[in-house]
Amino acid sequence: MENNHRNVLVFGEVLMGKIVPITLELLAIGRRLADDLGEELYLMLLGEGTGRLGEEAITFGADQVYFSEEKLLNQYNSDLYTHVADSFCRRVLPSVILFGHTDIGCDLAPRLNGRIGGGLSIDCMDLSIDKEKKHLIMRRPVFGGNAIATVISNRVPQMATIRPKTFQPLEKNLSRQGDVIPLEEKIDPSLIKARVVNYIKEEVEGVKLEEAEVVVSGGRGIEDKKNFTLLKELADLLGGAIGATRVACDEGWVPAHLQIGQSGKVVSPKIYIAIGLSGAMAHISGCLGSKYIVAINKDSEANIFNVAHLGFVGDWKEVLPPLIERLRELKGK
Amino acid sequence: MNIIVCVKQVQDPEIPPSKFKIDPETKQVIPPAGVPPVISVYDERALEAACRLKDKYKAKIVAITIGTDKASEVIRHAISMGADDGYLLCDPAFESKDSFKTAYILSKAIEKIGAFDLVLCGRQAADWGAGQVGSILGEMLTVPVVSFACDIDVVDTGLRVKRVVSDGYEILEVPMPCLITVSSEVGLPRLPSGMRIMLARKKPIPVWKATDINIEHSLLEKGHEHTEIIGLVVPERKSECEIIKGTPKEAAYEIAERLVSML
Ligand SMILES: Cc1cc2nc3c(=O)[nH]c(=O)nc-3n(C[C@H](O)[C@H](O)[C@H](O)COP(=O)(O)OP(=O)(O)OC[C@H]3O[C@@H](n4cnc5c(N)ncnc54)[C@H](O)[C@@H]3O)c2cc1C
Ligand SMILES: Nc1ncnc2c1ncn2[C@@H]1O[C@H](COP(=O)(O)O)[C@@H](O)[C@H]1O
Repeated sequence: MENNHRNVLVFGEVLMGKIVPITLELLAIGRRLADDLGEELYLMLLGEGTGRLGEEAITFGADQVYFSEEKLLNQYNSDLYTHVADSFCRRVLPSVILFGHTDIGCDLAPRLNGRIGGGLSIDCMDLSIDKEKKHLIMRRPVFGGNAIATVISNRVPQMATIRPKTFQPLEKNLSRQGDVIPLEEKIDPSLIKARVVNYIKEEVEGVKLEEAEVVVSGGRGIEDKKNFTLLKELADLLGGAIGATRVACDEGWVPAHLQIGQSGKVVSPKIYIAIGLSGAMAHISGCLGSKYIVAINKDSEANIFNVAHLGFVGDWKEVLPPLIERLRELKGK
Repeated sequence: MNIIVCVKQVQDPEIPPSKFKIDPETKQVIPPAGVPPVISVYDERALEAACRLKDKYKAKIVAITIGTDKASEVIRHAISMGADDGYLLCDPAFESKDSFKTAYILSKAIEKIGAFDLVLCGRQAADWGAGQVGSILGEMLTVPVVSFACDIDVVDTGLRVKRVVSDGYEILEVPMPCLITVSSEVGLPRLPSGMRIMLARKKPIPVWKATDINIEHSLLEKGHEHTEIIGLVVPERKSECEIIKGTPKEAAYEIAERLVSML
């Protein structure tokens, strides 16, 4: 690709005054890509208080940190962020842009791409550089995770979103040097077309699904809302959280935020217990990182047994009550 | 209110993984024999969202799809759910997996349809799942874009949209015309009535070719693709699952002991 675009840009995210883990993970993979390209690694941070995070970002791999302290950017707004990212990219001409596969990245990356005319692959699981041609090679699941496609972009910037926890952050290195540079552009508030007027937080009681060491997940086979309380009981006994397939969420048996899979949450607990769910790839792609998968399903042909470590073929209704009872005994509760 | 819904026909994503086959040479997916293609999941929900608006307000729904001649089926499905009209965009020159081409063709078709208040897309197609045609289309139409909606209603200033975020929901207000991408949290799509199915079967579905919608042919040529798929593999899944024999109770005890030993 002949062009004058250079350097890798990470689109950073900040929460409660701190750089979020996914951004540090992106700096790690971004560092590798930049080194392979022989280019520099840039980071962009938006909102009040981001200036003082620049030095820290440099210790995690960035060469140049661009920040805007503009108040209007404190909360994510699709229109403003798209505008700021677009005008920055037109000025700085990065060859690669990395986003988290997060609420922000999933909205911003496609819009920025639409405006700037690059090439975007979302939900990448692996990135590398073709050193000869100097282009980015992206691998991503397609067909709900049934296949993995290798994609290249014929346009710059080459863009990718990456799921949290795909890469490890670098060790903090205090001797790294870099620049922290303010973006001076004034933001015109009339750029806001879609305005956020309210935010409804879904309260979770107990352990957060993404952080749980044990996840008990149910699907269509659980049959109703009431039965899910049994799964909750099991999860509580194990100090874990419950999750669900899309079917169970669609049916309203559990809140939508418990959906695990390609279009839901990605979890990687120590133990994943899959009950009455078939193990469609679109679901499995949300829990493949689990260390140990236990499956209970009455169909011996169910795909879940292709990924589980321990399985029982049978009706969960006959297994769960004695399982809960036995766990109580063993745990002395 | 004039609503346009972009719908795609895809290979049925609910086939068991063992039936999923690819040709790594051509990087194509081989459709499973005897399984008819379906409307992409989120597009069906986008239609549902459109129909709910039509239930409440005066609205006209037009569905469009780019696809083979078989894809008129998804337009019929849209009409059976409640769409008023639909067009099939079918031309060998349209064949592409490139999101920009897809959005460009859709934008030209929308231009021909005329004034609109709302364009709805799915958040992601159930096959290649590029997850960006809606946003690119919004930019091409130069209208505001709201992504991952699960509820849409009319207010004084335009539309009020509830969108899904990882730990809750955001409520936004957006003026019309605009483009909204729809997420599965909209809820289950309605089942078409027998009468509407009949109506959809009889309805003529106009087919538009490149020349019908004023497409600049050079933009559809190969070198214009923004992204290119250079490899396709089915990930290997090693099955080493240890199956517990015995009664459910014995299995329960075995599982309990393993779990406790691991925690
Ligand atoms: C684009 C796209 C994105 C998607 N994203 C997601 C996602 O993020 N998450 C997700 O989960 N899905 C997702 N899906 C849907 C996915 O393809 C499957 O449809 C879904 O995961 C199936 O849910 P299930 O396993 O609960 O239901 P089913 O596939 O119907 O399986 C039910 C299982 O329960 C078993 N069973 C029934 N009764 C009992 C019993 N009494 N005891 C034991 N076993 C029993 C049955 O044998 C069967 O195997 C997506 C699909 C698409 C196309
Ligand atoms: N061939 C097509 N015909 C009509 N609409 C499409 C087509 N491809 C994509 N779309 C729309 O764009 C959305 C996102 O698709 P994608 O970006 O390919 O994942 C889909 O849910 C559809 O609403």
